[in-house]
Amino acid sequence: MQYTLLILALPLLSFIFLGLMDSKLKAHASGLFGTCILGAITILSYFTAFQYFTTQKIDGVYQKVTALQTEWIRFTEYLHIDLGILLDPISVMMLVVITTVSLMVHIYSLSYMHGEKGFQRYYAFLSLFTFSMLGLVVATNIFQMYIFWELVGVSSFLLIGFYYTKPSAVAASKKAFIVTRFADLFFLIGILILSFYTKTFDFKELTTVDTNAFASSTGVTFLGYGVISWAMAGIFIGGAGKSAMFPLQIWLPDAMEGPTPVSALIHAATMVVAGVYLVARFFPVYYFQTPEVLHGVAYIGAFTALFAAVIACVQTDIKRVLAFSTISQIAFMMVALGVSGYEGHEGTGYMASIFHLFTHAMFKALLFLGAGSVIHAVHSNEIKDMGGLRKYMPITNWTFFIACLAIAGIPPFSGFFSKDEILSASYEFSPYLGGIMTFVAALTAFYMFRLYYSIFWGKDYTIKAAEHGHDKHGHGHTPHESPLLMSFPLVFLAAVTILIGIVHCIPTIPHFGEFISSTGEDYHIHIDSTIAIMSVVIASISILVATLMYKKPSSTPDKLEKAFKGLHVAASHRFYIDEVYLFITKKIIFNNVSRPIAWFDRHVIDATMDGFASITHWISNKSKDFQSGQVQQYAFAFLLGTLIITAIVILL
Amino acid sequence: MGDFIANFGLGQVPITAYLGVSLIMFFSGVYGFLTRKSLLMILVAVELMLNAVDINFVVFNRFLFPGQFEGFFFALFTIAIAACETAVAIAIIINIYRNTSSVQVGDLDEMKE
Repeated sequence: MQYTLLILALPLLSFIFLGLMDSKLKAHASGLFGTCILGAITILSYFTAFQYFTTQKIDGVYQKVTALQTEWIRFTEYLHIDLGILLDPISVMMLVVITTVSLMVHIYSLSYMHGEKGFQRYYAFLSLFTFSMLGLVVATNIFQMYIFWELVGVSSFLLIGFYYTKPSAVAASKKAFIVTRFADLFFLIGILILSFYTKTFDFKELTTVDTNAFASSTGVTFLGYGVISWAMAGIFIGGAGKSAMFPLQIWLPDAMEGPTPVSALIHAATMVVAGVYLVARFFPVYYFQTPEVLHGVAYIGAFTALFAAVIACVQTDIKRVLAFSTISQIAFMMVALGVSGYEGHEGTGYMASIFHLFTHAMFKALLFLGAGSVIHAVHSNEIKDMGGLRKYMPITNWTFFIACLAIAGIPPFSGFFSKDEILSASYEFSPYLGGIMTFVAALTAFYMFRLYYSIFWGKDYTIKAAEHGHDKHGHGHTPHESPLLMSFPLVFLAAVTILIGIVHCIPTIPHFGEFISSTGEDYHIHIDSTIAIMSVVIASISILVATLMYKKPSSTPDKLEKAFKGLHVAASHRFYIDEVYLFITKKIIFNNVSRPIAWFDRHVIDATMDGFASITHWISNKSKDFQSGQVQQYAFAFLLGTLIITAIVILL
Repeated sequence: MGDFIANFGLGQVPITAYLGVSLIMFFSGVYGFLTRKSLLMILVAVELMLNAVDINFVVFNRFLFPGQFEGFFFALFTIAIAACETAVAIAIIINIYRNTSSVQVGDLDEMKE
């Protein structure tokens, strides 16, 4: 399956070509070029998936296929960095997800970004991102993954800061880059520790169940935990940074400063799930070697899910609501991985996590693209500038509605099945955790429908616009449905969301679990009826509450806001986590660490060097006078010297 | 001093008289070299020193190694060299004059820095 190399090569070439040509190409030409290349990669990925899932099964297990492998750098006898392509169920699935969402975003951007300055640059960066993300998922070893991991971070940085003349976008891109880089430091440390003890970077060797790679690390402990635990915890922190887990979630809401399609692609569907993918990739290591770290993953995930969901309920910027919803949903996937077992039915969590990753990528991309469509129509991100848009934008309305139902977990949409599996895995692990996750699911349904009703129902947009006097800004026109290039991706993703749901309603068709499971064997999804009914009922109640509160203008939200003033204010400020970070960095680190070091640097190290320089300068200046250029002075000195030496010789 | 005057008419000039002349010439040259401002005068001073050395050669040959000629030849040799030196030096001085319109040694500190 060596043709899979093309999946990586094409977007890279596309990036280089578009990047070098830049404004020499007409805007729409570069857009079309990028989109066509991506179309080709999408077809290739589908073909790869088809070929992989139809031919590569041995003893009922999908094999890990190394399609390509080449040694890049050799360090020692054991340690060498390879570059290659590893195909296994999750990487093949990720290929499909990434190329699908990316293609939709490419098509959508043709219209959404039309007329923007730097359109060509935008497509070049999209190609770079697609290349890096695809490289990340097919990596054969941790180091290759790390390289692409950083590349993904760079392209995310470039795309968040796409509107680089806007100070808020610049700040957001820096924030995203610094926070994820900080996390990646732990990732690197984890890789180094792990490879030091196991003497390999290779995923296949590390994740084989009966591997003896960990033999040399048994009994080696640090601060009471095994070194491998520390290594795996470091690797998880890297993943937590990219996936915006608490307390590293602060960059993701700000990343919404980027263009909306970018948010859909990078900050909803693909890059932010890289952390989940990383943990899933190392799942056997986590499960067999360091179960305590895996449980930590579950608890951090559960807390993040709850935390982000609460904040999402009170945000007023529609993209921020979606951003917090993304954090919460990714946390769901982390929880599922954290509570998962390995063999057979125990592996529900693993399967559910990847399944949710898949379905979430589709409906969250749909939500973001829908939000983009709304923003395109009303030129604002704020809920208060919207309302009653269902009459003007029927396609956006319906597709957004479907996505909301899916994320709320209403059958027969895709989100129901994946979320239900996560909930049942959580309940099996611990009823308390299950309870928390159910509560978060209820919150999810509530805030999504709050968003939905605020945008598409409620007070009519045009009336609001008139009241706020938006006419004078020229925004007061009647909003209209987005053009075909923007509505097609919405319809397509909505169709996928429905289709996945329907497939899982029919027992005779292969389900998701038959392709992907922790061991590679078939996993039969069966719905636990108690949990399913309970979660549907709870989601419906939440939706009902949201309907009562937000469908028609009512005073209930204001009353609730007054009643829980403290909570509301705190949640609106994202529980002051950003302020805590600022306090820690500015007040503590800057004042107590950086400033003394800077002082030392300026007054001790620099001063020493300056001192050397000025002393040398002084001596030179003084000794310069000896060399006057006057021959007679030299001759006099010469004569005097001769006389003195002669006198000494004679007298002694 | 009495011997000196007594022997003066007899054609026997003592060695110290020769050396005294050469000493005076040499240090006149040194003084001239150190104090004159004109390159030409410095050149003249150098010639004075060379000639003082010539006298020394001849005197030492005459008084210490009578009947031998090394000192005389060396003196001739030095005269030849002095002539060459003068030619070269004057050429240099002319060049300097062309470049700086001056033959004052005090002006020639271009190479200082």
